[in-house]
Amino acid sequence: MVKVFIYPTTSLILSDMVERWGHKPLGAALQIRERIQTPGFDSPPLQMTPEDPKRGLRYAAVEVPSGVRGRMALLGPLIEEAEAAIVINDADFSFGCMGCARTNELVKLLIRHRNIPILELTYPRSEEEGVAFVGAIKRFLKGLGEVSA
Amino acid sequence: MTGKVRVAQLSCGPEHSGVQKEINDAAAAVDAEMFFPDITLADIRKNYDEFGLEARSPDLKLAIARAKALVEGHVDADAVFIATCFRCAEAAIVRNELRRYIHENSDLPVVSYSFTERTTSGTLLTRMEALTTIARRRALLAREVQEGLTLGVDSGSSTTKAVIMRDNEIIGTGWRPTIKVNESADEVVALALEEAGVAIDEIEAIGTTGYGRFLVGEHLNAVLIQEELTVNSKGAVYLADRQHGPATVIDIGGMDNKAITVQDGIPGTFTMGGICAGASGRFLEMTAKRLGVDITELGPMAMKGDSKHVPMNSYCIVFGTQSLVNALAAGSTPEDVAAAACRSVAEQVFEQQLQEVDIKEPVIMVGGTSLIEGLVHEMGELLQTDILVPPQSQYIGSVGCALLASGFRGGRSDESV
Repeated sequence: MVKVFIYPTTSLILSDMVERWGHKPLGAALQIRERIQTPGFDSPPLQMTPEDPKRGLRYAAVEVPSGVRGRMALLGPLIEEAEAAIVINDADFSFGCMGCARTNELVKLLIRHRNIPILELTYPRSEEEGVAFVGAIKRFLKGLGEVSA
Repeated sequence: MTGKVRVAQLSCGPEHSGVQKEINDAAAAVDAEMFFPDITLADIRKNYDEFGLEARSPDLKLAIARAKALVEGHVDADAVFIATCFRCAEAAIVRNELRRYIHENSDLPVVSYSFTERTTSGTLLTRMEALTTIARRRALLAREVQEGLTLGVDSGSSTTKAVIMRDNEIIGTGWRPTIKVNESADEVVALALEEAGVAIDEIEAIGTTGYGRFLVGEHLNAVLIQEELTVNSKGAVYLADRQHGPATVIDIGGMDNKAITVQDGIPGTFTMGGICAGASGRFLEMTAKRLGVDITELGPMAMKGDSKHVPMNSYCIVFGTQSLVNALAAGSTPEDVAAAACRSVAEQVFEQQLQEVDIKEPVIMVGGTSLIEGLVHEMGELLQTDILVPPQSQYIGSVGCALLASGFRGGRSDESV
């Protein structure tokens, strides 16, 4: 069993796939519903406090916007804990969505610098691409299983 | 309007900054409630594409889509609050464009704000109060004539002012530095009563504004306790005789600055800055002290100087003062230094605040600093317009209060009309 960081961290589908192939997903799986009634796409389930952006200073300097630092307070420890990662670029809102582009840039940079196995894919736009997409994730996760065994 | 004011929130980052609770608390304190316009994923894609502003952050795309839903009437709201993280350039562009878009395409009062994790409900309170006042008290703000005998008290951070008005005329004024809030208020009220030749029990209605408005309001048993954004707007257009049509009101105060666009005497958009003392009247007070002149002499002195002769390396109240001291040591004239100080304050307000409102002429400067003609001159140069300074502009808040309070005489209210 490998701890796999997922991006977008909110992707319920990705989290489910990682779990289905016997690994532990590291993310904040959240169902992105058809109707958005929360302040943001990736509204945290619990109330965050002004202390959270301060904890995020470990990952981003004080001149970085507080919203980025607050998100990093949640995601930074997961990135540090990760043993592998799956990164899906240009994902549709419904697949999983993180509200802040600047945080997304930082998250991807930090995960790429971890020197762990990473699968980077572009979100599929057709059925054919979708099949190849799922196949690539499956092969990556199975491969991780072999490495850890 | 009765009941809670429903304020639509368009934002990016407040939850992860830990300040969503502060926003909710500020709204609750003025009997308003925040809500997040309900919108579908399909509408987000459509509205964002149609708006035409490219943003990479999904939450900013969501904010754009929600703004469009509000303007097109798909979502009902009484007011709009736009908030994004301080120091995020992408968010700053979206914030400004949404504020402008909503202002130009709807009647919804809107305020925008950039927060940090240090933002508190107290910081947001005056803005939220003004926003809900505009939504809730349009009938009150429509008042154009003062009637009866009323008193307005402006308990500001630097000075306390009082004005007594009778049948649309100022008949008494009082002005003192703010020391102990209630005692200073009592002093200025006594001065105004003396000049007006009336007794306090003859006053039919009292209104208070400024930082000490709640304390003084309770102390004087005021019928109207109102934040300074709406009151100053009202006072400005009343004294400048510009009650109809557009106007922009600039008030550089002792502790914060306000820039307000007004239409027919009712504020539309506004900004309120209070982060840097270098952009406040305090900096000019310090300059006057360093030059050994009274603050009232600084303006005429600045008019004789040329600000371009003194290099200012910083807008900071500490380092800016250092630049002025260095200039004096290098042989600059006090007149040039006074002009440079006025330029520095005007530039900073121009760069940091006036960019967030759409300047509409006439531009009216009010408050104590509007009496410093060097500052008014520099602001006019920057805005390329003639600035209007109404008579008695230092009493703007008190006049606005006396005017609006007259709608509450005899236990009645403009709002019930």
